[in-house]
Amino acid sequence: MSKERLLNHLYALGRLLAVVLTTFLGLLLVTFLIGRVVPIDPVLAVVGDKASPEVYERARIAMGLHLPLWKQFFIYLQNVLSGNLGTSVLTARPVLEDILRVFPATIELAVTGTFLGVIIGVPLGVLSAVYRGSIIDHITRVIGLFGYSLPIFWLGLMGLMILYANLDLLPGPGRVDMFYEDIVTPVTGLMLVDSLLAKEYDIFKNALSHLILPASLLGYYSMAYLSRMTRSFMIEQLRQEYIITARVKGVAEWKVVWGHALGNCAIPLITVIALSFGGLLEGSVLTETVFAWPGLGLYLTNSLLNADMNSVLGSTIVVGAIFLSINLFSDFLYKVMDPRAR
Amino acid sequence: MLLLRNQWKTWLLTDTPQSSSQAYVGRIYIGILEFSKNHLAVLGLAIILSLILVAIFAPWIAPYDPVETNLANRLQPLSGKHFFGTDEVGRDIFSRIIHGSRLTLYVIGLVAIIAAPVGIIVGTVSGYFGGIVDTVLMRITDIFLAFPKLILALAFVAALGPGIENAIIAISITSWPPYARIARAETLTIRGRDFINAIKLQGANPLRIIAGHIMPLCMSSLIIRVTLDMAGIILTAAGLGFLGLGAQPPSPEWGAMTSAGRAFILDHWWLITMPGSAIFIVSLAFNLFGDGLREVLDPKREQA
Repeated sequence: MSKERLLNHLYALGRLLAVVLTTFLGLLLVTFLIGRVVPIDPVLAVVGDKASPEVYERARIAMGLHLPLWKQFFIYLQNVLSGNLGTSVLTARPVLEDILRVFPATIELAVTGTFLGVIIGVPLGVLSAVYRGSIIDHITRVIGLFGYSLPIFWLGLMGLMILYANLDLLPGPGRVDMFYEDIVTPVTGLMLVDSLLAKEYDIFKNALSHLILPASLLGYYSMAYLSRMTRSFMIEQLRQEYIITARVKGVAEWKVVWGHALGNCAIPLITVIALSFGGLLEGSVLTETVFAWPGLGLYLTNSLLNADMNSVLGSTIVVGAIFLSINLFSDFLYKVMDPRAR
Repeated sequence: MLLLRNQWKTWLLTDTPQSSSQAYVGRIYIGILEFSKNHLAVLGLAIILSLILVAIFAPWIAPYDPVETNLANRLQPLSGKHFFGTDEVGRDIFSRIIHGSRLTLYVIGLVAIIAAPVGIIVGTVSGYFGGIVDTVLMRITDIFLAFPKLILALAFVAALGPGIENAIIAISITSWPPYARIARAETLTIRGRDFINAIKLQGANPLRIIAGHIMPLCMSSLIIRVTLDMAGIILTAAGLGFLGLGAQPPSPEWGAMTSAGRAFILDHWWLITMPGSAIFIVSLAFNLFGDGLREVLDPKREQA
């Protein structure tokens, strides 16, 4: 029995992996094709427009552009899979190196945002499911509605305008004040962790004050989504019969709600939390632009504005791969953790 | 007069309609009654209708030219002359927002016209034929779903070059997969029904079955989804404009206007507040309207 189940698990996992691999391959095909339709002639960009036809032809062959498309794609695949995403025109460094350097800043932002979204959004969702139609339920609904309607860049700018420019409660854009920049040696790349490790508590405080606004902004969108989802999961659970049984047996109401019902929402909740984390990576593009936050989003925007295609496509691949892993993770969680899905 | 109205009502609400068109009109009437009970949805619809009116009559409503600069008049605060103030080159922000409504409608209209048919064709074909066709089409759909929408749109805009038409293409490319999924799911529930088998036995070819009998049944869920997506499309287009990749200056696109106002947040609050509020109000309206529409067209869903 248990061997059979193990085999079933392995089979499900294998299937999932096959799907993910083909999707990843497709993702690379899309980025490859995008790179090919760019109106900029890559050869001309290298040799300059004064080059003779012979030089042009030699450069074209050196860049492998004379090969048939499928061969070019194959070479592209080899490069990407060995971690070669090309060189950034803007920074003159390998794209992967650039991405690894800026990525921790985005992670710091998105993790803090997700954390805020979970600790506020989940309880809010639970309460509005328990007290349906109450004032809390209406508040959750409005928060959700606004979360789907407010442009994130505008909310960020309004926050900056009110809290920084007018009330001077929070610092302006950036990760730390100019004064503190480049003091802490990056170990993890996470400013909060690094400054603690270096025992630079002033910098920690400063970095935290810089993080508050952009992270709350992302946290708001995460909260809007999570509270809505938690509410519908909880409503589904609360009408199950085991809830009635628990109540009849005399289990305390708080235990029924926060223990029995919420406990059974754990798997779908983890899934939507993972998805909202992925969504925040996307939201970070606009947020980082507003707050001059030196993460992947700002890197992507700068590359875009400078037509630095290698960096643009490299960032797209990295974010796409993370999205895929998140989806894989949540699918896997469903298949393995939830006995009903077996 | 009252009697006539009552007669109309009985005719519309009758349990025994005499013709299919009577039943059809009656159903629409009931839908409208149902919809108008949801005040927020009606508010959303009202905002959308006024947006359309404003867009049509923009040159008559706007008191000033939306692109003509007047440096002597720059950064004027709100006043009776300039309801929403003027921007950094002296253009009247109110007039720009009025004209910007055209761009907003242009974007959502075109995206819906491009993305929805692609989605419904892919979805119904995939669901109807099944097998290898289904696998291949759904794999392609999954690939597009695997990308975060904004990032994929950014990559396409980077390749195509900035501009509002390219932004529309990029958003359309990223918008069709969910429609394909929905159309496929609907098709799967329809294709085994008796009436489909009956048409098949009469010798109808797949094209006729899909286009004539399956697609119309996918419409209501698709319309709901497209309406609910409108807000997201507006936000994405505004985001692209904000990043400088959508509509190019001096066109009065709301996202680009917000972006231009960034440099002036210290002393001139109206530069970012006004266009941003316009984006917010319009996308809120589409969300409210979409929610109301869903309640009317999709009674299966639990009424929360």
